[in-house]
Formats: sequence, C-alpha cells, structure tokens
Amino acid sequence: MKKQATEKSMDRVDGRLKVTGGAKYFADHQPEGMLYAALVCSPITSGRIRNIDTKKALHAPGVSDVVSHLNAPPVPGYKTDNTNPKQGLKIFYDDRIYSNGQPVAIVVADTFERAVYAVSLVEVQYDQEVHATDINANLNKAFQNKNMKDYVRGEVDAWKKAPVTVEAEYNIPIEVHNPMELAGIIAHWETPDALTLYAKTQGVKSVQQTLKSLFQIPEQNITVHSQFVGGAFGMALRIWPLEVATILAAKKIRKPVKLVITREQMFTLAGYRPAAIQKIGLGATEDGKLTGITHHAVAITSPYEDFTEAITGMSKFMYECPNVNTTYQLVPLNLSTPVWMRGPGEATGAFALESAMDELAYKLKLDPLEFRLRNHADTDPEKNLPFSSKYLKEAYQTGAEKIGWSKRRMQPGELQEEDMLVGYGMSSGTFGAGRGRASANAVLKADGTLTIRSAAADIGPGTATAMVQIAADATGIDPAKIKFLLGESAYPDAPRQGGSSTVSTVGSAVTDVCNALQQKLAELAVTGHPDFKTLKISDIIFENGQLLAATNSNIRIPYQNILQQQQLPEIQATASSQGGEERRKYSFYSFSVHFTKIHVHPATGVIRIKHVVSVADAGTIVNTKTSASQMIGGVVGGIGMALTEEAILDHRFGRFVNNNYADYHVPVNADVPPTDVFFINKKDPYINPMGSKGLGEIALIGFAAAVSNAVFNATCKRVRDLPITPDKILGKISS
Amino acid sequence: MNQFTYIRPSNQQAAIDAVSKDAQARFIAGGTNLLDLMKSGVIAPEKLVDINRLPLKEIQLNGNILHIGALALNSDVAAHQQVKKNFPLLSQALLAGASQQLRNMATVGGNMMQRTRCGYFYDTAMPCNKRQPGSGCGAIGGINRMHAIFGASDQCIAVHPSDMCIALVALDATVLVSGPKGNRHIPFADFHRLPGNTPDKDNNLSKGELITAVELPTSPYQHHVHYLKVRDRASYAFALVSVAAALDLSNNTIRSARLAMGGVAHKPWRLYEAENALAGKTATEENFRIAANVAVQNAKPHKHNTFKVDLAVNSIIIALKKAATV
Repeated sequence: MKKQATEKSMDRVDGRLKVTGGAKYFADHQPEGMLYAALVCSPITSGRIRNIDTKKALHAPGVSDVVSHLNAPPVPGYKTDNTNPKQGLKIFYDDRIYSNGQPVAIVVADTFERAVYAVSLVEVQYDQEVHATDINANLNKAFQNKNMKDYVRGEVDAWKKAPVTVEAEYNIPIEVHNPMELAGIIAHWETPDALTLYAKTQGVKSVQQTLKSLFQIPEQNITVHSQFVGGAFGMALRIWPLEVATILAAKKIRKPVKLVITREQMFTLAGYRPAAIQKIGLGATEDGKLTGITHHAVAITSPYEDFTEAITGMSKFMYECPNVNTTYQLVPLNLSTPVWMRGPGEATGAFALESAMDELAYKLKLDPLEFRLRNHADTDPEKNLPFSSKYLKEAYQTGAEKIGWSKRRMQPGELQEEDMLVGYGMSSGTFGAGRGRASANAVLKADGTLTIRSAAADIGPGTATAMVQIAADATGIDPAKIKFLLGESAYPDAPRQGGSSTVSTVGSAVTDVCNALQQKLAELAVTGHPDFKTLKISDIIFENGQLLAATNSNIRIPYQNILQQQQLPEIQATASSQGGEERRKYSFYSFSVHFTKIHVHPATGVIRIKHVVSVADAGTIVNTKTSASQMIGGVVGGIGMALTEEAILDHRFGRFVNNNYADYHVPVNADVPPTDVFFINKKDPYINPMGSKGLGEIALIGFAAAVSNAVFNATCKRVRDLPITPDKILGKISS
Repeated sequence: MNQFTYIRPSNQQAAIDAVSKDAQARFIAGGTNLLDLMKSGVIAPEKLVDINRLPLKEIQLNGNILHIGALALNSDVAAHQQVKKNFPLLSQALLAGASQQLRNMATVGGNMMQRTRCGYFYDTAMPCNKRQPGSGCGAIGGINRMHAIFGASDQCIAVHPSDMCIALVALDATVLVSGPKGNRHIPFADFHRLPGNTPDKDNNLSKGELITAVELPTSPYQHHVHYLKVRDRASYAFALVSVAAALDLSNNTIRSARLAMGGVAHKPWRLYEAENALAGKTATEENFRIAANVAVQNAKPHKHNTFKVDLAVNSIIIALKKAATV
C-alpha cells in the first residue's frame, strides 16, 4: 500500500453538510403522517403504579393515544418468567417502578407541543416503596455476578509488606454523557411486521439485532437509518426503553411516531458513567520498584441489569509488578442502568491508579514521571505476551518536553505566577486496541468513482473521512472520487462505533474490499484487455488508480478504462475482515500520556488549566486533523470529569437536582486551555493492514489524574473525590 | 407547555392594562428565564404580553443620572461607552453573567425579574415554598451547596441569580416603575425581598407594574471598582459567591466604599456594615480583612455551603484589593 492519503490532514468529507445544516440527523426526518410523542415519567423512585387516568389527556386537542402497560402491544421478546430479576427494564410491561424518571406512558399527538401538554394531563397514582440511590449508604448490598472474577497475580495484598506504601480511596460521581443531540427515535411500522427506524445510534446493525429479538421479526424487515449522530460518547451503544416505548406506540397507532426526549430525561433514560468507590494500595521498594498493587472497586448499577466495565483492568498490566490483586463489585440502586461513557471503566480506574502512583512518587521523593519509567512494563505482565507495539516511553518524553516538565518543582506550592499557585501534573492512559469483524462492499463505476458501503457509524470522529483516505491508499484512486457510505442497516455488517475500534475494524474491511476489487480488475484485464492478455494476474501491479504490467512499465491503464473497454457500467466486490492468530500472540493496547499545567487561586480555590499536552501512541494516524480533534475532545471530556461534571442526586427523593445544561457543568470554551496534541505515529505491525490502533478512549483515560496530580503539586492538597470544585480546595491551601 | 395567548402592544399603557386586568397575564421581554420556567411547568401564564415594542431601550446620561431603559439589552449596556467609562462596575458585572448569546437577548428589566435557579424550585415533583407555598423547602435538609448564607428563612434558602443586580445595588440605583396606579421610584435595595414567610414573592412590584428604567447617580465609584465572580466553571455558571466592590480612594485612604454580594442571599446583598468598617480607613489588606469579617458575622450556612463563609471573606478581600489597585 503506497500512502497517498493517510497520515495527512484531510478535511471532513461531510464537514460542509454539517456546518451548513445539510446533514440530516434522526430527528430531521419527516416520514409522511408522522406523529409526535412525549413521555410521562415516574416522579417516584420505587413502587408500583396504582392507576393511570388518561381521560383528560385523550380529550386534549390533537392527541392520538396514550400508551402504557395497560394497553401497550406485547413485546414478544420479553421473558415472562420473572425468576431472574436481571432482564432489563421491560417497558410498559407491568406496574413496577424501579427508578425515578422511568417512563410510565407515552403520549402521541399531532404536534410536539400538544404531546408535551397532554403529558401534564395524564394522572398517575403510585404506591410508593422505600428506595435506595446512595452508594455509600448501600455498600452492604454489594455483590459480584458470575462474570466478575477477582484477579490475583502473585501474592494478595503484597503492597502492605512494602517499605513504602500508599493506601487511599478515590470517588467518582455519576457523570452523564450529555451530547448536544438528545436521545430519541422515529419509528414506523410499514406493515405489521416491517419496521423502519430513524435512530440515534452507534450501530445500526446492533439496533437491528436487538429489535429482531424483541419483536421476533426477520432481520431484513427491520430497516435502520442513522447517517448522522450529534454526539453520543457511549450513550447510543444500546437500545433504551425510550426507543422501545416509541416503537410500541407506533405499532399501536400504525403511524410513524417521533420521540425526542428532554435534557432532564437524558439524566434518567440514556445511561451514565456509574459512580464508583475505589480503594487502592500500592507498595514499592525504597528505590521505587512496585512490589504490590491492590485495587478494589465498587460501582453502581440498576436493580434490573448488571452493568460492568473494566474499572480495575489497567491496574493489572500497566506497570511491571509481581503482585497484583483486584476485586470489583456492584451495588444495585433505584436508578436506570449505566452504560459505557467515553474511556469507560478504564477512565474510572485510571483516575484511582494514576492518582495513587503520584501519591507514592511523593512518598518515594521521586519525580512521578521517573517513577513510571522505573515501573514501565516492557511486556504485558497480565497476559504474559509481548505488546504488539508500545511507544509509551517516547510519549512520556515528548509530553514532558512540550509541557516544560523540567520547570516543575517537586515541592508543592513553590511555584507562583500572576498571584496563582502553579502546578504540573501527568498521568498515563491505556485502552485495548481492538479489531472486530466487519464487511464492506465496493462499487467502481466506469466514470472512475468508487463507492464503499458498510453499516458503520459516525458519532463525530469522522469515520467516512478516514475510510476514504484508507480506500485512497489501497486503490490509488483520488480521494475526491471516493465515497464512503455508512449508517444504514442494509449495508454490509459492521460493529458498533465504540471501544476505539472503528478505524481498525472497518478500515481493515475497506482495505480488503479494495484489494478484492483490484483482483477483479486484474481478472478482467488478463481475460479481456489486449495489453494485458498475455499476463498473469500476479504480473499486475496496482498504482495510482492504474493497472501496471510488472514486466513492462509502458503498459498501464486506469481502472475505469478496463470497465469502459469491456462496456461494463460498474464492477463490485464485497469482503469481510477480522483479526486472526496475531491476537493470541500479542497484547494490543493504545497508550497515552497527559500533562497539565494549572493555576490554582489560593483564596478562592478556583482552578484554571493553563496548558495541556496529550501524546498518543495509537499506531499509524490515518487523519492527523480529525485525530487531533478527537484528542482535544477527549481532553475536554477529561476536564469535565476532573473539574466540573457531577450529576447530583437528592437521595431523599431519588431525583437529580442539576439535570440541565445550566447546572450540570460541561466545560465551556473558557475552561479549555491551549491543548497540544502529539502522535507517535508509528505503525503497529500486527494489528491491521493500516497499523492503526484506536485513540477515542485514550484521549480521555487518565486525564482527570493529570489534573488532580497538578492540583496537589500546586497546593499540597490531594483531592480524591471528583469533580475538584473550588470548595474542595478552599481553605486547604498550604501556607 | 400550557396554551397561552400572546399580544404585542405598542404603547405602555396598553401593556400595563393587559397585565393588571388579567390575573394570568405576564410581561415578556427577552424571555431568557420566563420560557425556561414555562417549559419546566413552574409557571403557566395564560397570556403573554410582549413589551419589546415599547420605547424603553435608551441608555442616556442626563446630567448626573444614567438612565437605562428596561428593555436595553444586557450586552448593549455592558458595551455602552458611558457605562464603561462612568459605571465600569456595572459593565463588569453584566459581562460576568450568563453567556454572550443570553446577554444578547436578556433585558435589564428581565434580568431583575430572574427567578432563583434553585433545583427544587424548577422541579415540580419536589417541594418548594417559592413555587408552591406550603409544600416545604427541598433545599433545607437537601442539596444546598448553591444556597443562601444570609437573610434566609425556614421557608426558603434560595438565592437570587443575577450579577447585574449586585452592581446596581452597590451603586445605589433606583428602579422606575409604571403601573395601574401611576409611576413610582423604588430604591434598588428595596426592590427585591427576603423570603420570610412569603418566599413566593421575589420583589415588591404590584400586579401590573412594569419596570420602565433603572437610574444610576454618577458617583465617585468610577475607577476603583472590581466585580469578582467565583464559579464552578469559567463561564456560563451561576456564582458560588460574587462581590461588587467600589472604593472612593484619596491617597490610599478610603473616603467611602460600596460592597455587595451575589450568590449568598435571596436578594442582591448589600454589605452596609462592611462599607462602614472601611470608611476612613487605609486601603490595606488588613483593613479589608476586618471589613470582610464584619460582612460575614451573621452568616448562617447549611450542610453543603459552609465553604461560602470563608469564600465570601476571601472574595471580598480579593475584590477590594483589585479595586484598590486598578
């Protein structure tokens, strides 16, 4: 593959559509006869619905129907055997309320405003029961399911015997994804067993599969469109009850129905990063070699689903350490189910591990960067495998240089500028570099244009742009003549966009389908083209969109000339692609380092991040521009996690008190400092044809610790409860 | 949202009549808070009387009085040359509020009419004496990190959210009001109310009364001023505490001072005693600290906002230092 398009900056292929309003998001679609829905949600947190009176609502102008457990069509895929309580929330199935904000009815009307008004007319009576929403008050309910295995390498709690130790507890609150675009769906039953959806999703095929099993209709009868997604960060990785509710309403009413939920409902209906309490024990020798890591994590989940993620994962392999043990438990609370949020469990775990590493470095009187270098894992100590590629040391070096790490003082509070305390902090991040299975179809037309289709998603990173670049490299065709189409369930299979694996997985399928297409061209050439008919397929080289005879460089012909010469309007190929044996021989991870320089105002506790340097070891970078944007986006998310974001519950009521954009503080532009992103940009030799690992998650993982470590460096105060708001530092400043 | 009718009268009397004669009618100007409240179901007016056509936008210095029409936009007031030159504290406070987009819509009168951002007030499923008298106060015993430390009652501990009003109360503004019974002037410090037993009443306007203007006397507080806002994020967040500080300095001696705080009370909180403690003193950090301690002596924090007392002290000192050294 000759690189002509990758490892370069390329503007987004759909950038113009996005900034001119030409991109159609799910809610922009308007099937004929569409009605509008709004949800009636429970104001109680646990109990039963005694009665739903819909008379007033049904008499309100424009209202078509009010659908609830009293009249909803059955969902054939819901299990009626209730012996296992962990079946997910079966929407409109019975009278049970498990969490505040749970939908109890959906109102459908001819306008959005009328639907919203009619919601206020639905009278629901409840029988309230005792609820639990506070993790701290319910730790006695912590449990492990059969998939949550304790991990032990070497000796349990070996850290306790070490000459230098740290033991600390770290807490993260509930964080809500809060993408700009609200959750929702447009559902239309074209026939009683054919469903068309305009969805907000990170995977059209995944939606199709879930609904196939819920409604027990053939896969090909479910059409899912999701060409553009206005941000998701993980919340659109699954189908939620809100979508099933809309599909049920559409089924009952037999018209297209659109639901867009409210910002308040985003806090209770579309997942969140679970609150977690983590205890870490670290032990090291006097010269700074780790001898023991113990990591206990407890996180929250809903009463009806066990949501698990890799909170303790990083502690097992990030550092060379003979003795590691981890545990992970869940506390079920009367809340909706959490879901992966950017960086998922690793971001939670990295905050604890990378904060504790900083704490131990101080005890050892060692530069925290030097401490990490002394414990660098050259091979994966968990899997006992070599890393497929790891340039973390280079990343540390680049980051340290670019932030000016040499200006950092070990002694906290020594540096001041502009009446502010100055702190430097750093952390590492890592996330598995996956490669799943995907398929793609490529059509080359006689006019020389290439169109590739795959049911991939783009929640913002610029999937189509990267795929066009990969296809341009694979074929030599000018990127301007290549289109990559995604977000349709009718396209060849692709997994959900999650876990930083789209480029790796779908990019491999694109490479393979381009190769398959070129093979077809070669076959056509040797069988039908006068210049090539004396040659074997293996004698043909593909270069710059042309076929070349390996033996005679004067024989070269553009791809489309083969089609024109043989009077073919187009040729096409389909290919599937997935990883193989290499995944058993190597350990695949992306790595990142984050460095921050911060100011802390000593009298108000206000923190301002002044400079961020993030460096990613993510293999070959396909598009330097969109990748840098993705890294900056991760930093912004990390700033929110570190300093501002917390969904606050009033446990007496089980309700959130800051469920809006004004009070739930997503960072604004003024919170985001100059952010310099660097890529190691060295090919991973084993992961996929491009050599690209992922970077969506590592952009955020570890970042919060880079901030809290800088806060300690500035103030000598260790804040172990996120977010680090001014009140947590105020009055704690060292004199 | 409930159904409502909408009218747009072009003269002031018609607007006042429309609201004073209809119990369910409300004025609307920029709508930056009213529409939020309607969408949240906190209020459900049956009639909206849009006053944007009334000629109340002018900003003008008449002799010693700066006249700001009630419909002047927050962004226009903040950027006005005379405001920046003679009333820089007001400009600073305005720019600390909301976001540029909101300031472009929000009017001066509307800013004064903002209701609290207390989460219990906004959530109709929770108790709130301000929204529904007699239902209880959710914040007392609940989540009260953002709430009042001064002047609250056992009925309500909500805070007034405005920044602009903190500067106006410090600068001895007067509110011009027109109503069914004629015109009247209300000293700014008497415009908003403490919650007492009637937390549902934010201010002393009577039904149908319309704010037509705010007037500010020119004062010595044209140079040594500072508006400090401490908040959870760098922009677009309500104050944890804010301080409007203004000094009349002569050779580093404070002839007189004006101090007010936001984020701490149900109304813009003027610190008269602290002002008195500063008068005649030298502008030193020590004297600022004495005044700041005077300012918080009657503070009554709640479970989650005890930090506001120290933060108030520190913020007053910083604001005064900045004002003194401008």
